[in-house]
Amino acid sequence: MAKRVGIEVSLAIAEMAKLANVDVVAAYPITPQTHIVEHLAQLVANGELDAAYIPVESEHSAMSACLGASAVGARTFTATAGQGLELMHEVLYVASSMQLPVVMTVANRALSAPLSVWGDHSDVMSVRDTGWIQIFTENGQEVVDNLLCAFRIAEDPEVLLPVMIHLDGFHLSHMIEPLFLPQPSEVEQFIPPNRYPFPLNPGKPVTMGAFAPPIIYSETKKAQQANLEASKAVILHCWEDFGHHFKRYYSPVESYLSEGARVLLLTMGSFSETAMAAIDKMRQEGKDVGLLKLRLWRPFPFKEIRQAVKNADVLIILDRALSFGGPGGPVCSEIRSALYHEQNRPKVISFVGGLGGRDITVAGFEYIVNRGIQISQTGSEQEFEIFGVRE
Amino acid sequence: MTKPESELTWKDLEIGSIVTEPGNASQYQTGDWRSQRPTLNHDRCVKCGICSIFCPEGCIEQNADGYFEANLFYCKGCGICARECWTQAITMMEEEE
Repeated sequence: MAKRVGIEVSLAIAEMAKLANVDVVAAYPITPQTHIVEHLAQLVANGELDAAYIPVESEHSAMSACLGASAVGARTFTATAGQGLELMHEVLYVASSMQLPVVMTVANRALSAPLSVWGDHSDVMSVRDTGWIQIFTENGQEVVDNLLCAFRIAEDPEVLLPVMIHLDGFHLSHMIEPLFLPQPSEVEQFIPPNRYPFPLNPGKPVTMGAFAPPIIYSETKKAQQANLEASKAVILHCWEDFGHHFKRYYSPVESYLSEGARVLLLTMGSFSETAMAAIDKMRQEGKDVGLLKLRLWRPFPFKEIRQAVKNADVLIILDRALSFGGPGGPVCSEIRSALYHEQNRPKVISFVGGLGGRDITVAGFEYIVNRGIQISQTGSEQEFEIFGVRE
Repeated sequence: MTKPESELTWKDLEIGSIVTEPGNASQYQTGDWRSQRPTLNHDRCVKCGICSIFCPEGCIEQNADGYFEANLFYCKGCGICARECWTQAITMMEEEE
């Protein structure tokens, strides 16, 4: 049985990467992710982790080095945040389309300008379409649990895709939480060794990322799309097996007091914890509200979302990112679109909030729910509202 | 490659579109990019081979008679051979002519 330890979530991530016995870490420090790679560097320097630690000159190089390492069959890990994720951008597409199973934690951070080191989901949303599997977490335990799952999912021969684990910058990365970390033997049992099928080898040469003229490019993209969609079955199975081993259970869309509720609030990431407290309070007051938490962002869980909202009248979605000039928060846009063809669908109300590290309290979530119900009845001239902004 | 590229479906592709057959770029017909074709005047050619040295595609080879001729499966029609030929034995001709 694992022991519960008090540890900063960033350090727990590094410890989990160590438990997963990563072979290569190539990383560049950036707030609020720095403690993760700093601790990993220490573990390698102290001889506690037998891995190659590549200190690179930028995140573009970090991800590029990760691709090279992954291509020789090494278990590869990195972490980044905000501007760092942006600097990696073009290489992220290469990782997914070459099917290199890199695992990365992203301590979600707002984008410049103005400069903000604090958390929101602007960085994530800009890499939405890069073809990575993307999983959101709401507390430290979920981060380390899903990081363990990430190695197994990424390296599964049926998947072979890179995986991002998203944790809110500061709200999660810098928290000290009581966490269960698995025993090395449990990890060994849960994640088999990396079996990457085409490791670079001069004796058996292959070409990766070859030139694809118009006659073949569409076929490569269709294959990539089909592969990412098919990864969902492996993700679900991994979570099921994780639950069996560790008695903690994960699913693509999680619900809290949502059964039969006419009004649903949907959140992603750490704000779900506060939202649950708000739902508790409103339930005690006799209000018919529940909470949905979107965990699996890519591949998008269409079936589970449709199932989860089918009996609701109003669905209020909180995004922590703006789509400037667009139809609302990115999460809201996708869910609205996923529900468009449904016979019975709730009115979907979009809020954007928690930008650049601003907190939303229990009272804030109560306001969002009440205001959302009001908009569902009266309509609004705005496509979405920014919560808490001073007018 | 078991099939030509034009017949491959998405299901035929290797994971990550990796090419597992080394050297198969030789199957790639770059000759269809060509709008002009190098033509050799055998009377002027001194068989020096300077054209084959300058050819960026490496597609000019000496034939059994000692003349250097472009392999039109690969020749992109850049005209460098014609420009470099000391005796002006090579002329670029429009493909439609």
